[in-house]
Parts: sequence; structure tokens; C-alpha cells
Amino acid sequence: MIELQQLCRNFQVGDQSVHALDHLDLVIDQGEYLSVMGPSGSGKSTLLNMLGLLDRPTSGEYLFNGRATSTLTEEQSATLRREHIGFVFQSYHLVPRLTARENIELPMVLASVPGKKRKQAVDEILTRLDLTDRAEHVPNQLSGGQRQRVAIGRAILMRPQLLLADEPTGNLDSKSGQEVIRLLEELNGEGITLLVVTHDEAMGSRASRRLHMVDGKIARDWETGNR
Amino acid sequence: MRILDLTEFNYRAISRQRMRSTMLLIAIAIGVLAINLLTGIGEGGKQFVLGEFDVLGKNVLIVIPGKKETTGGMPPLTGETTRDLTLGDAEAILRLPNVSAVAPLIPGEVEISAGALSRNALTFGTSAAFFSIRQLSVAQGRALPQTAMDDARPVCVIGSKLRRELFGNGRVLGQWLRAGDRRFRVIGVIQDRGQSMGFDMSDAIVIPVASAQTLFNTEGLFRIFVEVRALETMDTSRQRIIDLLRERHDGEEDVTLITQDSLLSAFTDILDTMTLAVAGIAGISMLVAGILIMNVTLISVSQRTREIGLLKALGTPARTVRLIFLSEAALIALVGGLAGLAISELALLGAHWVYPSVPFATPNWARAGSLLIAIATALLFAALPAQKAAKMAPVDALLDKKAGQG
Repeated sequence: MIELQQLCRNFQVGDQSVHALDHLDLVIDQGEYLSVMGPSGSGKSTLLNMLGLLDRPTSGEYLFNGRATSTLTEEQSATLRREHIGFVFQSYHLVPRLTARENIELPMVLASVPGKKRKQAVDEILTRLDLTDRAEHVPNQLSGGQRQRVAIGRAILMRPQLLLADEPTGNLDSKSGQEVIRLLEELNGEGITLLVVTHDEAMGSRASRRLHMVDGKIARDWETGNR
Repeated sequence: MRILDLTEFNYRAISRQRMRSTMLLIAIAIGVLAINLLTGIGEGGKQFVLGEFDVLGKNVLIVIPGKKETTGGMPPLTGETTRDLTLGDAEAILRLPNVSAVAPLIPGEVEISAGALSRNALTFGTSAAFFSIRQLSVAQGRALPQTAMDDARPVCVIGSKLRRELFGNGRVLGQWLRAGDRRFRVIGVIQDRGQSMGFDMSDAIVIPVASAQTLFNTEGLFRIFVEVRALETMDTSRQRIIDLLRERHDGEEDVTLITQDSLLSAFTDILDTMTLAVAGIAGISMLVAGILIMNVTLISVSQRTREIGLLKALGTPARTVRLIFLSEAALIALVGGLAGLAISELALLGAHWVYPSVPFATPNWARAGSLLIAIATALLFAALPAQKAAKMAPVDALLDKKAGQG
């Protein structure tokens, strides 16, 4: 599903060019569960942004479903993101003025999906995430775990193929964190490709495939034999 | 994004920043208010003036005794050089070719009484032609008789209000009334038509000019209205009248001739200047509103950087992000514009209530135009900030450190 070929991403810091991603090769199949770990500045987040089409490589090629993404227009890559990729952020990124229901609904609103279909899809997700009684609350009135569940609901509303999670439990207590991980793994069980960037060894070790990044390169890539 | 969803999204964003949005709303409302109020007043004034002069046909000249000399020169030693306009002058003008009617005018105010009732009323001494020239018609009875100008018949035609006040609902034709020290028989009642050149004809009495001369004890005419047969002969007739009167007044040109055109052009000049002033005021207020819109939108874009990043991560193309910020500004402009328009309509309604004779009303082009200008200004000045939002790199926007966490 995903193939990175000699992918580079350089950042200009003063006079120096920093290689955030350094000639990376990576193949990910549909339905895989990956965790990405590594020290700060090793390029984990850059890799995640690259896979999510939020950033463009300096050189190399990224094939999404066999399609080269380097020649996509801004609008085409937006469409790919909308239809195939979901994001879960450490800081949730909910719109503070919108209720939980409206935050989950947002991707469909932006995609001009008719109201009736929207309501049905959102209701399903609210029930599944056990958020029905919090639906009319704004993010301020929700706990961290609830907020992250709303964010996950938003990420899976469009039924994406790929779910990218950047430190999804970083701001949560361990109990809420456990719930969020279980939810993500459940989604992976249903066929979504899941990639989690984390600092938490316990969480990283749960994935079936682990990547360890150092200095913009994949230092280790191994199967854990989980599941 | 569907238009209703977009509007709701905009509305939620706007209502969250109440202070800023209200400021913008007021600025735009003031701009639209200024345009509508001033054009409404200007247009009302214009219609009022035009309406007043329209009564006077295009083919009517007014002769006024005396001449304003603005070219300087020695002042006459005798002090008074103007001769009166006389009935003889009026009759001589009537004999000119191309002149179809002449109405002399002597106005005054006398006490009118009938039975025990009396009051002061505006009195016009004139001839039968006055009715056709001033487009007056009679509701009852008939107008002044077509007789020689020096025929001082004791008859009168009165306005409807005067009729009501002096005779009530009783019989009026053939009744006698007293004006000053003379008696007149009522032969007609003037049809109501509101004001005419500032005079309320419903409160006036019209008598033959010769009667007015004796009543007011004066020879001189206040005005002579001259109706020319064909509009094309206006200029030659004008010159002929001047020549004729110079001849009759011992070679001295001591009258002034006014045409509708010359009066109207003077008024039109004033009104056009006013319109320019309105445009200037509107332009300035819109510029101020525009700069405010630009700043507010820039602040909004900068505060909502993380939201923009999220929208992009959710797969919103740049043009939709641009649309969101543009429509937000346009929505504020539309609401502010409508508020300004409503206030202006109310104010003009109030003005019309105070001055019923002036038709204060903003023309539709100004109403629509002011709203369009407001929205166009909003779009124009929001374009730059909206473009900035659209061009943001999603990664940088998501990581924006300025805004709080959501």
C-alpha cells in the first residue's frame, strides 16, 4: 500500500542543511500495525507527516496505493488525505467552538456530504466510542481521554485506509491511554493500517512491526510476532 | 463545502469573537448607512425640487422686474432705476408671435371673511391663463373668466381648505366673501394638488389681476408668466421679450427672465456636487472598514493557525480554506450592510414624517450598490489574509506555538 523509495527531507537551519529523513526505503502493507520509536529529532514526526501527505519530500518518491505522490497537485493530495488518511494528534486538535458531535462531523461537512448521511455516520461512531451522552459538549467540558476519543472518531469518520497517530497517549493518564490504545488496535483489527509514533516502550512493543529511527534513517525494522 | 454548512461554520467562528465582529459590523453599517442616508436625502431633495419645477412647463418663461447687474460700473445716481412691470407690458408680450398665453401675478395676503368667519389668506391677482400655465384645475365651478386683463370683476376662485374653513360643507358657488375692503363672488374651487412652488394653493384665493391692483393699491406686477407656443422658439421668444420690454422701458433693460432650464441646471449643479460629496464620504468610510476587515481577518488567521492546519490535515484544499475566510468577511459585511440599510430606511422614514412634502427615499440602485460595495470591500481586503491562510504549510500550521491547545 505504501512504498518509500530513497526518500529525503532536508530542513534548512541557518546555513546548515539538516537531513530529517535520509534516503529512506520502506514498504508497508495494508492492515499492518507499526510503531515508530527513536530519540527526539530522529525524524519520526517528519516520517509521519510525509506518510500523511502533509509534507513533501526533498527528493525520492512516495507511492501511495501504487501512485506516485510527488507530482500531485495541492488539491489532489488534499483529496487523498480526505478519503484515505486519518490523523490522531497528541494535542487532539479539536475545534474549541464545536461540540464533540460537530468535531467528529467536520470531515464530512468539509467534504459536502449530505446532512442525513452525516448524522447517521456520526451517530454510529458516537455509539461505538461510547460518547453519545457527551455529544453536545464542547472540548473544554471533556476529559483528555474523551477528547482523544473524539479525535479518533473524527479520524475514522471517512473510513480511511491509513491511520497515523502521533503520540496519541502522550497527554493522557495511563488508564485513558490504555483505552485509546485498545480502541486503535480494535480499528487495526478491522483492517485499518495503523502507524503509531511513540516514546512509550510499553506501547511500542504492542505493535506487530516495529521501526527504530536514528538520524533520519531506519536503524531497525523487525516483526515482534504479536498477534 | 455546502453553502449552509459554510455559513454555519462562519457564524460559529464570528460569534466566538464577539467584540471584534461587532466592531467590524459597526464600521460596515456606518459606511452603508452613510451612503443610503445621504443619497436618500439628496434624492429626496432633488425629487422635491424637480417636482416643484415640473409644474412650471418647460415652455414657460418668468419675467421678473429689476435686473441684477454683476458686471460692475457706476451705480445710477437716481438710486432706483427699475420700472414696474405693468399690465400694458403683459398685454404687449401676449401680442408677440409664438406667445400663447400670459399670466400676470400680484400676490399678497389679506383678511378674507364670509359671514362671521374670517382669516388671512394668500391672494393671487392673475388672469385665466394662470390656471393652465400652473396646471391648476377646478374641482367645482370654473376658473377665472377669459376677459381683458384690466377688467376688475369681483369674482374669485378659492382653495379647498379655505372653502372648508369659510363655508364648511355648505353651498359655496355664488356666495360672496369679503377680501380686505372689497367683495368677491365665489365662482370656483381649486382642485387639491398639494404644494406648488412653495405655495399651498388649497389655502389661497385667486382673483382677477385688475382687482388685485385696486385691492393692494399697486400698479406693478410681481411676475409675468409667459407660455411659448413651441419649445424650439424659446430662445428667440426670450430675446423678443427682452427687446420689447427694453423698448417699452425707455431703452433700459431692467427685467430678468427665468426659464425652467436655467433654474434646474443651477439646482442640478448643487445636487451633483452633493452626490460627489456623498461618494467621497462613502469611499472614506468603506476604506476605513476595509482596513479594519483586513486587520481583523489577519488576526483571525493567525489565531486560528492550528485550526487551518487541522482543516488541511482533514483534506481541505487551499481554495476551500480561502473560501472559509473570504465568506466569513463577506458574511459580516452582509449583516453589517443590512443593519446599516435598515437604520437608514428608518431614519428616512422619520425624516419623511417630519417633512411630508419631501419624498425622502434611497433609490434602489443605491441600496443594492451600497451592499455590493460593502461586500466587495470585505472580499477585497480579506483576500490577502485569506490567501495567507490558504498558502500555509499544513505541518507548520499544525505545530503553531502561538495558539493554545484545542
